[in-house]
Parts: sequence; C-alpha cells; structure tokens
Amino acid sequence: MSRKVIESSDAVALAVKLCRAQVCPMYPITPSTHIPEKISEYVANGELEAEMIDVESEHSAASAVIGAAATGSRTFTATSSQGLALMFEILPITSGMRLPTVMAVANRALSAPINIWNDHSDSVSARDQGWIQLYAESSQESLDSIIQAYKISENKNVLLPAMVCFDGYSLTHVFEPVDVPSQKEVDAFLPGFKPLHRLDPKKPLTMGPIGFPNSFMFFKQQQQEAMLDSIDVIKKTNAEFKKAFGRSYGDGLLDLYQIDDAEYAVIGMGTLCGTARVAIDKLRQQGKKVGLIKVRCLRPFPEKELQNAIKDLQAAAVIDKHISLGQEGPLFTDIRSAVYCNDISINSYIAGLGGRDITVKHFEKVFADLEAGKQKGEWLF
Amino acid sequence: MALIEIRIHGRGGQGAVTSSQVLAIAAFHSGKQSQAFPNFGVERTGAPVESYVRIDDKPINLRQHVYDPDYVIVLDSSLIDAVDVTNGLQPNGVVIVNTDKRTEQLRKLSGFKVHSINITKIALDVIGKPFVNIAALGAFCKLSGLVSLEALDKAIDELFSARGKVAVAELNKNAANAVFEATE
Repeated sequence: MSRKVIESSDAVALAVKLCRAQVCPMYPITPSTHIPEKISEYVANGELEAEMIDVESEHSAASAVIGAAATGSRTFTATSSQGLALMFEILPITSGMRLPTVMAVANRALSAPINIWNDHSDSVSARDQGWIQLYAESSQESLDSIIQAYKISENKNVLLPAMVCFDGYSLTHVFEPVDVPSQKEVDAFLPGFKPLHRLDPKKPLTMGPIGFPNSFMFFKQQQQEAMLDSIDVIKKTNAEFKKAFGRSYGDGLLDLYQIDDAEYAVIGMGTLCGTARVAIDKLRQQGKKVGLIKVRCLRPFPEKELQNAIKDLQAAAVIDKHISLGQEGPLFTDIRSAVYCNDISINSYIAGLGGRDITVKHFEKVFADLEAGKQKGEWLF
Repeated sequence: MALIEIRIHGRGGQGAVTSSQVLAIAAFHSGKQSQAFPNFGVERTGAPVESYVRIDDKPINLRQHVYDPDYVIVLDSSLIDAVDVTNGLQPNGVVIVNTDKRTEQLRKLSGFKVHSINITKIALDVIGKPFVNIAALGAFCKLSGLVSLEALDKAIDELFSARGKVAVAELNKNAANAVFEATE
C-alpha cells in the first residue's frame, strides 16, 4: 500500500488497473475524461495488459463491453451525463444478459440547458435498468468501490453489472490523499474473472436470444431475485474488504454518522455527505442531536437497513441532486416508501442541480427546519 | 491547527490549477491532510480562473467551494481590477500578489495583509519564461510556515515527473526557492 495525493479520476483508473480489467471500450466525455486518459496511458506503457478500444460513441462503448464480457473478459468503461443517456439502450441488455462489468459514472447534469457540472440526474435516471449502483463520497471510496464492485458483480449469485457513481468536479477533479493498495493485496481480494458461461467457438451457445411472452417475465423475476440477493453480497464484500484493506463504508449499503442518539438526520448520496458531516460536527458542538444517513447503494435499495436506521429519529430530510420532473426527488420517493409504516416526518429537498454548490449553511437550514417541525422541504438555492 | 483555505487567482493558461495541485501534494509531504480542486467554468486562455486548496491536520470532509479563504494568491495583478480577489477573505487573511508595484500602490487591497512580490521577474531570471504558478508557492511556504520548502520541492518533482517534465521541475524548484528567499 502507498499513500499519496492524486486526483480522484486517477484513483478510479488505478483501481481499474489493480483489478486487471482486460477490455476497456471508452468514449471520453467531461468530467469522466481523465479516466480513459489515465487508462490509455497504463495500456500504452505496459502497466495494464488490456485492450483499450477507441470507440465512436458511448452506445458503442456499452455494446463493446457486452461483447467482451460475454467472452468472459473483465471489462470497464466510464462516462457521464449525455454519454450515459446514449448508453441507455444498452444498459438493460447488459443486465438482462446477466453480464458482470463495472462502469464509473462521473456524475454530471443532463442538458438542456447545456451544463457540464455535477448532479445525479444521469445515473439516477438509469436506476431501473438492472445495474447495481454505488455512490462514492471521497476519492478513497471511489477507488475502493471499483474493487468491491467487481467482486460483487462477478459473484455467481449476482452476475449483474455495477455502476460506481462519483460526483463530477466535486470528486473527479479533486486532489486528496488516497491509500493505493498493492497489486498483491488486490489480487488476493479479487481473483481473475471465471464466468459460468461464456462465448467460446469450441462450445457454442447463444446469448441474448428472444424472450417470448411465455418466458420473458421469468427472466425479469430472476433479475429481481439476483438484485435482492446482491444485498447480502454487497454487505459481505464490504466486510471482507475491511479485513483485507482496513477500510469499509458502513454496512456497504448505508453509511451512518452520529445516528445512534440522533433526533434529526439528513439523507443523501455522494460528496454532499462530506459537507453534511462538517455541519453535523458543528451542530453537535451546540448540543444538537443530528446525524447523517448516507445512501451508498441506491440499487438494490436497502429498505430494511433504512427502516432500522431511521427508527429512533423524530424527523429526517432527504437531499436529492435530481428531480423526477412532475413528481419529486427520486431518493425521497424510495425513502418515503420504505418508511411508510414508521411514525416519522420526512421532508424532501432538491439541491445541487447543475453544479450549484451545497454548503454547510444549507445543512444548518435543513436541520433548523426539522427542529422547528416544518413538514415540507424546498429547493435549496 | 484549524482548517486553512487558500484561493489562487490566475488567468487561463497560467497554471493556477496545477499550482493548487502541487500545494496539496506539498502540504501532504509536510504531514498535513490536503485537498485541491479547481472552480471549473468555461476555460479560455486569459480568462480569470480560480483554484482552491484546503490544508488541515484532520481528514478533510468539506466539499463546498472556498468562500472565506485565509490566503489569496494572485498570479496576475491585472486581475485585481477584473475580479474581487479579497472577496470573503478572513479579516487577518494574507494576500500574495505577483506584481511589479509596491504594496502601497495596490489601493484596492488596502486593509489586508498584502505581500507584493515580483514573481514574474524572478521567473524570467530563473526559468527564462514567465512561469509564475509554482514559483508563487515559495511565498506561501515562507509566509504560512505550514509547508516546508523540502516538501514543496518533493511535490514539484512528483507532479512534473508524473507528467514527464523533469527539466521543468528543476527550473520550477529553483524559481520557488528564489521566491521563498525574496519573500519578507
């Protein structure tokens, strides 16, 4: 292990190298661009033995991932925003074919208006497509989540693709200290990918055939079962990761901060949780019993864990960096549905769209709202 | 120590972002926790650019922009008329300005602890080109006492060798050291 100050995108690329990805079809888009830059560097100078495919679009990148994963390769790609949107057609095919792969999503707003900055509208919009979704708060968590994601995705009880989402600019372009594990440590944690089935000319089989009405629903039912089964695998992988590397992220699904005696909590994903921790430290010094529930895993949704985390709270606020236009914040929808039977007031706040900064002051205001018994959230500007 | 925040003002192409990255690496080599990040807009050569650094003894969780810096580094003094470089600056905050003017002549900065240093001249003497972004960090090391010159040298080597620019590293180290000496 070595500890150094590197860019978060570099940390992700290093993780991909340490995981020995074999095929990386990439089509760079801001702010994910530094990841393919670094990976192509590793491939060019011989540090990573991989096929880096310079494709002509994100749609092709996602398609090439399917082809390579079907032959049993460990695959990786990265994208952002409209790039992920262009991949949309391929996302449910990857998961429907039960192909393990890992994609880094450097979260960025969807246009229009044209905006290159961070929010969660890209990956959260893709949440129903059968991909596991982990959201990282720091450079360290971004690196560690890539390694965990391969192990989860390739588990034979899961066999589902995984997205590691990390905030554009708020992480992608941040330099901070990161523990980089050694190749030996990662090899011990993550052995080579051994698929149950793969395309092989010597043993021909068909992948991705037509599913007639009499079978299609069975496929979807199995995908749903695999998604729900992955909850335990994510927890177990996070625990094993702690044993191997000394770090973990809550139970792998939710990361709780100052929740044990908390009366009020904020619930959110990604880098806003770091700023929330600072606000909580400040308010705790004033004697306020406040805490944070970081949703690390949006899909599968950790319903039971969430019910448990909120059970002693008086009120909570969900901070969404995306809005399902015509409805509400999607994380809020999930959380309200999970705690439907609990006697707790939950407010919905929309914040940080298109790179609008989320500050300690925002969290102070949200906690003040909760303490004052306010029953309704708002848009935080 | 409490959290220290630094805002670096430059013009597109001057290397304010690289400067913040080197400072974060140098602070780490001085045994501190650090974080560097740019304020990305629509980058154009010559347009005003900002980049930020945080330094602390504790791990840094804060992810918001820097609003109330303790230090401001101005790589191009013409920015003083273009942007409010002291915006949010702490009352006892320090401004490091690359300028050929004397501090008394920088009237917009009156009321703050201003250090005027002709970094461009030093860079021209030492590097032969007006590369001021890394050189300016020599002044920060001297004035803050938070980052040692050795750590800065190490950081310059680390970042430039990673980018395959070893010769540039040597010149920048010399310039940063010269600025360190010239800073009072």
